[in-house]
Amino acid sequence: MPALTRELIALRVARELEPRTVVNLGIGLPTLVAGFVDPADQILFQAENGILGYAGVSDADYDPDLINAGGQPVDLVPGASFFDTATSFAMIRGGHVDVAVLGGLQVSAHGDLANWFVPERGGGSVGGAMDLAVGARKLIVAMAHVTRDGASRIVAECDYPLTAARCVDVIITDLAVIDVSANGLTLRETAPGVSADEIVAATGAPLAVPADIPEMRL
Amino acid sequence: MPRRLCRQRCAVPVIARYDPRMVAQVFATPDAAVAGIGDGATVMVGGFISAGSPSNLIRALVRSGPTGLTAVANNIGLGDLLDELCEHRQLARVIATFAIRASGGRTSRFEQQYRAGEVELELVPQGTLIERIRAGGAGLGGVLTRTGLGTIVAEDKRIIEIDGEQWLLERPLRADVALLKASRADTLGNLEYRLAGINFNPVMATAADLVIAEVEEIVEAGEITPERVGTPAVFVDRIVACPPIPVRWEG
Repeated sequence: MPALTRELIALRVARELEPRTVVNLGIGLPTLVAGFVDPADQILFQAENGILGYAGVSDADYDPDLINAGGQPVDLVPGASFFDTATSFAMIRGGHVDVAVLGGLQVSAHGDLANWFVPERGGGSVGGAMDLAVGARKLIVAMAHVTRDGASRIVAECDYPLTAARCVDVIITDLAVIDVSANGLTLRETAPGVSADEIVAATGAPLAVPADIPEMRL
Repeated sequence: MPRRLCRQRCAVPVIARYDPRMVAQVFATPDAAVAGIGDGATVMVGGFISAGSPSNLIRALVRSGPTGLTAVANNIGLGDLLDELCEHRQLARVIATFAIRASGGRTSRFEQQYRAGEVELELVPQGTLIERIRAGGAGLGGVLTRTGLGTIVAEDKRIIEIDGEQWLLERPLRADVALLKASRADTLGNLEYRLAGINFNPVMATAADLVIAEVEEIVEAGEITPERVGTPAVFVDRIVACPPIPVRWEG
């Protein structure tokens, strides 16, 4: 099955973002999204360590005081601002962040998210993920559809410890775009060359499949 | 003025003599600035990975050698020097948002000691950690948040229903000492931060009995434009100027 690369998942996530919105990108794959937005769209990326308006990862002039929440050096856009952590989480919890893009380990049929603790490793850290999952107006989870062992990351109920319950709005994977609502999961788009049947087979929760599912345009 | 709000919690007298003057004292070295931090102290440490991290003060605390410490910080073992406190097992407990990596890779000394059961960890969501500190510093009785509801973070905590909505009660957090990093201080103790080095520093400045700030430069009072003061001098007890130790998180 021709699955998308991490970069193409990030590109598809970038297409999901509306112009002139405030977006927080989680550590890992979501960080790549900043590289795929059109600057003309004036999306303001928020980093929970206290930046509104970073442009993307840049190693050109490393400054230990100018990093995103993953510790990576970043560039700023004109109009960027810095602030303390309390202000940062007032933005996040107070509903001032339009979209959060987080990585995922499991997403349930109800939109529960587990993304911080890996039982196999017996470890993990919460960082800002729980606040972002609860506070962002829209939550996009970007992740591989299945684990390395082939188990679906989209499950009827999460068995990993939760980040937050009923918080995910959209799942974007290397196989599909899936919408989450109170009624469950609905397939919206397929990755190029992947059939709806293959996606249903790779999904561990009931997935509604409307007629004429379009392929992702990348 | 009740400066020592956490006295009832502190079993060990940390600072032998507290100087009640509102003007910060200037110290010549980081080692002199951290003198008096005793065994069993709770120490808040500002910074977020490399940004705004008081690396000179952390190293001085390592050298001065108190043990049984509780560290309150955003992260430990992410290229920060806090992990060096594990070398001589000075930490008994850590309250942090990021301490154990889910992805594996290089493990920190802290993670090794945590997995060996030698140090306790209380993992706190970042937005909850900062609000607990803010509450501790602002004289508030707690924080009501949705963050953590329905997760293991809510275990053994009170859930309060207000107008039909459920909220998790999180308790205030204070410390005996806060170690901070700012860009400049003036001779009164006003602090000015730079770039994303602000993060936890100004909030922690309000929530500890003894606040020690490492800065790159100390200037005369009046040289920091008043509206650029990130932490007013009233919160700061000790300042020391020293070149920052460059740290970097390599993932």
